[in-house]
Amino acid sequence: MAANEFSADFTDVSVHENVPVEGNIRISVPLASEDEDMSTLDEPVKDTIMRDLKAVGKKFVHVLYPKNNDELLRDWDLWGPLIVCVFLAMMLQGKGADSPTHGVPQFAEVFVTVWFGAIVVTFNSHLLGGTISFFQSLCVLGYCIMPLSVSLLLCHVTLLAKGSLPLAMFIVRFICVTLAFAWATFASTTFLGNSQPPNRKALAVYPIFLFYFVISWMIITNVT
Amino acid sequence: MADPRGHPNGDWTSFRDPTAQSHQFGSSSIVDMENMDDTSGSSFEDIAEAPGGTTGLGEVGGDEGRTGKPGQDDVVEEDEEFLGIKGLKGQLGKQVAGQVWEAGRQQAARAFSLYANIDLLRPYFDVETVQVRKRLLESFVPRKNMKVPQKLPRELYGPLMLVFTMVAILLQGMKTSGTIVSQGTLMGTAIGTCFGYWLGVSSLLYFLAYICNSKITMVQILSMLGYGMFGPCLVLFITYNIHLHSLFYVLWLVGGGLPTLRMVCALSSRTTGQRQRLVLCCTLASLHLLFLLYLHFAYHRVIEELLVTLEEQPAFIPRQQRELVPPEVATSPASLRIATMSLIRSSPPIL
Repeated sequence: MAANEFSADFTDVSVHENVPVEGNIRISVPLASEDEDMSTLDEPVKDTIMRDLKAVGKKFVHVLYPKNNDELLRDWDLWGPLIVCVFLAMMLQGKGADSPTHGVPQFAEVFVTVWFGAIVVTFNSHLLGGTISFFQSLCVLGYCIMPLSVSLLLCHVTLLAKGSLPLAMFIVRFICVTLAFAWATFASTTFLGNSQPPNRKALAVYPIFLFYFVISWMIITNVT
Repeated sequence: MADPRGHPNGDWTSFRDPTAQSHQFGSSSIVDMENMDDTSGSSFEDIAEAPGGTTGLGEVGGDEGRTGKPGQDDVVEEDEEFLGIKGLKGQLGKQVAGQVWEAGRQQAARAFSLYANIDLLRPYFDVETVQVRKRLLESFVPRKNMKVPQKLPRELYGPLMLVFTMVAILLQGMKTSGTIVSQGTLMGTAIGTCFGYWLGVSSLLYFLAYICNSKITMVQILSMLGYGMFGPCLVLFITYNIHLHSLFYVLWLVGGGLPTLRMVCALSSRTTGQRQRLVLCCTLASLHLLFLLYLHFAYHRVIEELLVTLEEQPAFIPRQQRELVPPEVATSPASLRIATMSLIRSSPPIL
């Protein structure tokens, strides 16, 4: 009887919230495989850069051919978004850099718009109850701007044909940007859609749509 | 059940005194640390002053000292050392140091509790697609029932998205109208206008509702006004692309009037007294309808004409030059236009 009372009391004390739990908790972790354990400190810099570039390139391929796999989410990085964003900002800046009142966005403006927009979309996804981490979402949104960057490049190529059928060229550019916009929205929805509850998917997709719409609008108005 | 902190039972102490003492010691020291975190930084130093027995706050430190002496001794030693390094023995110096410490601590805590803040906002985003769709459609349907306070949602997803949508529409409207301001300025102006209207008018309404003793919360006003912007969003989107003034007036009455009427009904159902209702509803209705007019005509035009003026003439004429301009030139339409524009220019919120 006494032993039972003691055990009961001891249980009560051990779960009391004000009593700190002390000591070491050791968990036996299985040894990492040799690939993971391999040190990269003594490898050539070229190998390191090439490995990272390959990882970034692989993610671009995922965006170009969006499948429902989670590699983009699992190994997130912000190199791709940075590259795409800098490219977009530099291309949009273009000739207007000398005259700020010429209707062309400046580098910093595009940069801030892209990152601020991505952060707002990410917060919205979190507030709606998304199960994805902050940087994963930023990574996906940044990589998915890639189709729009490609369309901007194509638009600049069409601009080289000066004087020949301006209306037709405008239609070509418009279709190009619209397709890229649809592509970007579809790709990001493919990656981010599963992180939301099914009854809120549309609510999470709408700000993504708006975000890419604003970027597309910047591209269209810049190259007309 | 035995309380390990201060009131042990007889059975408990007789059986396991050492354990009970160690728990008592541990818990009391934790209480001290928590108190130091919760109260201001100056109380930390007042505990050190307690042996001197100078201030009333020192008594608080003394009370805490009675609950756990070992913890307090450590704190006193550390604090004396801390004061020695600082070299500030005056009460003022200690208070300032405490305030600076507290301000820094609060800022750091705020930065670290970003996710906690998100959790605080999460209930306002707990909404489903069907509900948002229903609320968007219902924003055009005024409810006449004034006797019972109408139900208003406490949700911010829809309003926030509508404000962002309005920003995008304004941006698109400015660009299609041939506005040639740098895009950042347009973007900043659009964001400032839309968020400024939403937050500013909501705050004003909340202030008036407080004065008029209306039963409404800030979140409800934000939600109501936000959903009320769905109509203006549609009207602006259509009229920025189809330039027909008659069409705009019809849409202004329908797309701007119906949401305004709905908001007026909801506000007046939650307010008692005719005068109070009149004040609140007139403010809301006039602001909401005029905002739509402003966005379509004044704001849109001002930006456009400003840029035309900027293209035609240098934006800034020095005073000496202006005085040298002959009177016939000064009264020419172009210069009048510059003068008008310079007057208008001061009014719009160009960021």
